[in-house]
Amino acid sequence: MRSLQLALRSLGREWRSGELGVLLLALTIAVAALTGVGFLVNRIGAAVSMQANEVLAADIRLGSPQPITDLYFQEASRRGIGSARLTSLLSVVFNGDVSQLTNIQAVSQGYPLRGNLLVADEPFAKGTPAGGIPAPGEVWPDSKVLAALGGKLGGKLSIGAATFRIGRVLISRPDQGGTFAELAPALIMNAGDLPATQLIQPGSRVGYAALFAGDRSRIDTFKAWLGAHKQPRERLRDITDASPQIRNAVERSGRFLSLASLVSVLLSAIAVAMSARRYVHRHLDTVALLKTLGATRAFTLSINLLQLFALALAAAVLGSVIGFLAQEWLLHALKGLLTATLPPPSLMPVAMGFMTAVAVLAGFALPPLLQLSRVPAIRVLRRDIGPPPPIVLLAFGPAVAVVVLLIYWVVLDWRLFWGFSAGLAAFVLLLTGAGAVLVFLAGKFRGSVGVAWRYGVANLSRRRAESLVQIVAFGSGIMVLLLLAIIRGDLNSDWRRTLPANFPNYFFINIPPGERASFVQFLQARGARTTRVLPMIRGRLTAINGRSVEQLRFGREDGDNFATREQNLTWAADLGDDNRIVAGDWWTPAEFGKPLVSLSTEIQQSLGLRLGDELTFDIAGEPFTVKVASVRKVKWDSFQPNFFIVFAPGVLDDTAGTYLTSAYFKSTDSRFLAQLVRRFPSVSIFDIDDLLAQVRSMLDKAVLAVQSVFVFTLLAGLTVLLAAVQSSRGERRYESAMLRTLGASRGTVLQGVLAEFTMLGLLSGLLAALGASVAAYFMTTRVLELHYSFEGWVWLVGLLGGAVLVALSGWLATRSVVSQPPLLTLRAE
Amino acid sequence: MPSAHAPMIRSSVLKAENLSKQVSSPEGPLTIVHGVSFDIAAGESVAIVGASGAGKSTLLALLAGLDLPTTGRVLLAGTDLTQLDEDGRARLRAQRVGFVFQSFHLIPALTALENVMLPLELAGRPDARRSAQETLARVGLKDRTGHYPRQLSGGEQQRVALARAFVTQPAVLFADEPTGNLDTATGGRVGELLFELNAHSHTTLILVTHDRELASRCGRVIEMEAGRVLPQKAPVAEVR
Repeated sequence: MRSLQLALRSLGREWRSGELGVLLLALTIAVAALTGVGFLVNRIGAAVSMQANEVLAADIRLGSPQPITDLYFQEASRRGIGSARLTSLLSVVFNGDVSQLTNIQAVSQGYPLRGNLLVADEPFAKGTPAGGIPAPGEVWPDSKVLAALGGKLGGKLSIGAATFRIGRVLISRPDQGGTFAELAPALIMNAGDLPATQLIQPGSRVGYAALFAGDRSRIDTFKAWLGAHKQPRERLRDITDASPQIRNAVERSGRFLSLASLVSVLLSAIAVAMSARRYVHRHLDTVALLKTLGATRAFTLSINLLQLFALALAAAVLGSVIGFLAQEWLLHALKGLLTATLPPPSLMPVAMGFMTAVAVLAGFALPPLLQLSRVPAIRVLRRDIGPPPPIVLLAFGPAVAVVVLLIYWVVLDWRLFWGFSAGLAAFVLLLTGAGAVLVFLAGKFRGSVGVAWRYGVANLSRRRAESLVQIVAFGSGIMVLLLLAIIRGDLNSDWRRTLPANFPNYFFINIPPGERASFVQFLQARGARTTRVLPMIRGRLTAINGRSVEQLRFGREDGDNFATREQNLTWAADLGDDNRIVAGDWWTPAEFGKPLVSLSTEIQQSLGLRLGDELTFDIAGEPFTVKVASVRKVKWDSFQPNFFIVFAPGVLDDTAGTYLTSAYFKSTDSRFLAQLVRRFPSVSIFDIDDLLAQVRSMLDKAVLAVQSVFVFTLLAGLTVLLAAVQSSRGERRYESAMLRTLGASRGTVLQGVLAEFTMLGLLSGLLAALGASVAAYFMTTRVLELHYSFEGWVWLVGLLGGAVLVALSGWLATRSVVSQPPLLTLRAE
Repeated sequence: MPSAHAPMIRSSVLKAENLSKQVSSPEGPLTIVHGVSFDIAAGESVAIVGASGAGKSTLLALLAGLDLPTTGRVLLAGTDLTQLDEDGRARLRAQRVGFVFQSFHLIPALTALENVMLPLELAGRPDARRSAQETLARVGLKDRTGHYPRQLSGGEQQRVALARAFVTQPAVLFADEPTGNLDTATGGRVGELLFELNAHSHTTLILVTHDRELASRCGRVIEMEAGRVLPQKAPVAEVR
């Protein structure tokens, strides 16, 4: 392999002479940005889902109304997956004569597989990790049970036929926050003690759960196995089915991180394209000479290809190392903010970095290289002769293909893909068009300005194609930075909007209708901020359009679940600002009392319901048939009382129900809660501070990740600037020498350079601001489903930032060019 | 392998037959070279002279197979260049042709030695390093083999270019204004070296130049004007 030998040898030689430095730098930063983002997204994503898994207390959770077969546990153990059992039932717990209906959780060793049981020595105190489960003969009642029963540590509680010692006070369980059914005061005991209570009799309502957790890949295959082997009544859940609040947060942060890393990838591609252009430009003479000296086209091409491949390899290794270190440093710097231990990084980002380096080179560097190999040998005699003009399809086809591939690979979502691609294509077209306009205008403009500006502006129109490329590159770079800033601001403010400092931190359910007013009064008198109070009625869906749900099959697992489980129903006159109608109409006062129902999108989609469908509910033995009048999109993370199923007022008013509400008050006052429990013994208190702390910490992580990614994107953007300025350095050196030879002062030449770059930056900035505003509007409203507000600063920053950044970069990069004595430059030419 | 080892045999090594070159220009088609024919024997030294724009460099490009004529043909060492594709002509150049240019055309990334080694490597010759070192020593640059072009003076750069041209012992050496970028004294020394090397290796030399003094050292002068060869003049001097 003569070409390999020569390629490697001349690679070494070229490296020594500094020729390849710029290209390697561009590629390395590209890979570093990408792998850095990859590692970060990978690890934080894993941490977020691990933390989200805590809500299940496992990675996957199988729920069933029947005891769960041992086969699953044997299979899990065979696959090296950890497991635990949980049995839950509602029963009355006695302390002497005082009783309390309690949700009893009997757990086996190992529970919880994810997250921690927090316990304390007295009710409503700050919890510490328990590090195990209750010993046989011991129970851990929660604060509400103890407050209601008046028991204390070391005391005795009777459950069914057995008596237990109070070992600790349960402060929180990781899996307590799922549904309201789990909201009753709770008590945790050892599963081994359950038979002694004799609570489980034929016909008892008991819930069984199998918890599994382990290595990601094993869990994935086990989940598939379990999905295929489980009984129809058994319900399989993982993080994707976890509570709506957390699902929203995870989806949002995941989407945004993908988006941010995608921007880095594309910016890097631009930088690589520009560096490749420069590489080609600098090698025209060499290739022509090689051909003159007898090298064939294939030979010169293979030398360049081999060199680029070697560069890709070097950049992949270097970039991965830098990316990993940067990511480690970032994570280290942010350690205090991260509560969970981060899982170790996978090697995936390295492979991704290398593949991307090769793909980006193939798409963005290969076409110019093919051009390079077409340089005719006669260039050695006539330097004005370059390669023949490229075939458009060949020049841009690979780049477009690689961009499409990369975008889809990163977002893995067609909707996001099309939105992003369309925006990108429109933006590039817009910029190119505007660049052409500028080139046209420059010709008219330059007659009326001084010599420096004339020279600078004339440069723009003379280097027409180059100016266009630079405007597109600068414009794209500035646009994505602006876009990120807008979206980041919107995300932050939207998260702040959804999670204000004093949003509800307690839910109260089972408020008797007669005590509703006094309960709200009690709360308000103690400085709590209350939200709406909604009735809550238990009911079961029995028929859809007259057909019994027993006979219906919904295709979707959650559909079967929605159809068969007992539902919490409510009625309301007002929609609430956290609900949005997506189909049909909310009822008017004239429709109150009519048999109408409004469904949340979740239940509507799961059951495949349409407007006008008739639903029959069994509420306390009485059938109610209602028509679907509207479908609502519910913002669950408002933490206000919300229901999947809302009736029109005046339909259920006579049914026996209770009320629920949420409120905010400072949670440190445990006496207040004890008072409340004594004053309203039937009211169940649900402390959502813990859940909120989880959500908040996840959001913190997401914001953190976004900001770190933003740093990488900024670096990638600067590389584009550097590459762009670099690509015209040679020409500039020669021109400035010429001008100075003709008598221009250094200042005049500098002014010309500044004029040109300022102009370039202004136009790029203007278009970037326009592009970013439009793109941000679609991104925030359509993709991220946030609130968009017009930002005037974008235009100011775009214009000023573009002009200053480009002019400054241009000045810095060309300063040495201008300072060089003209004779030296002309001689070198 | 010198193919024109004995000048006395005087076999033809380069033959131009009715060469024309037409290019398109903003003002319509432009003929740069008009019906040029001549025959150059092995070991001859020929100067192509003429004013700027007379078509000298274009003719040189056609003769060396760097460009193809619009009509006519070029026979280089018996091979019709117009029948070869670009790669075929490149291979022929690798085996038979050497070049010296006005602007030296050394590869800036390579040292003097590496520049000289390059054509040997391209032609797949063994022992490239030793041959290159010997040839550099012959042009008086024994101590500058590790220098990059930018570290060398103009005269030194052209001497490296001469070494690169002669190191393959080509059948034909094309030189395009080899002294054009050098001052008179340096140009004179480089010219001297060129003829010295040529004599030593019995190479056929085809030289495009403005320099009457340099042209006068050639065995034959082909004078061009507006793309045509003017009637042959008597040789000014014999090859030394």
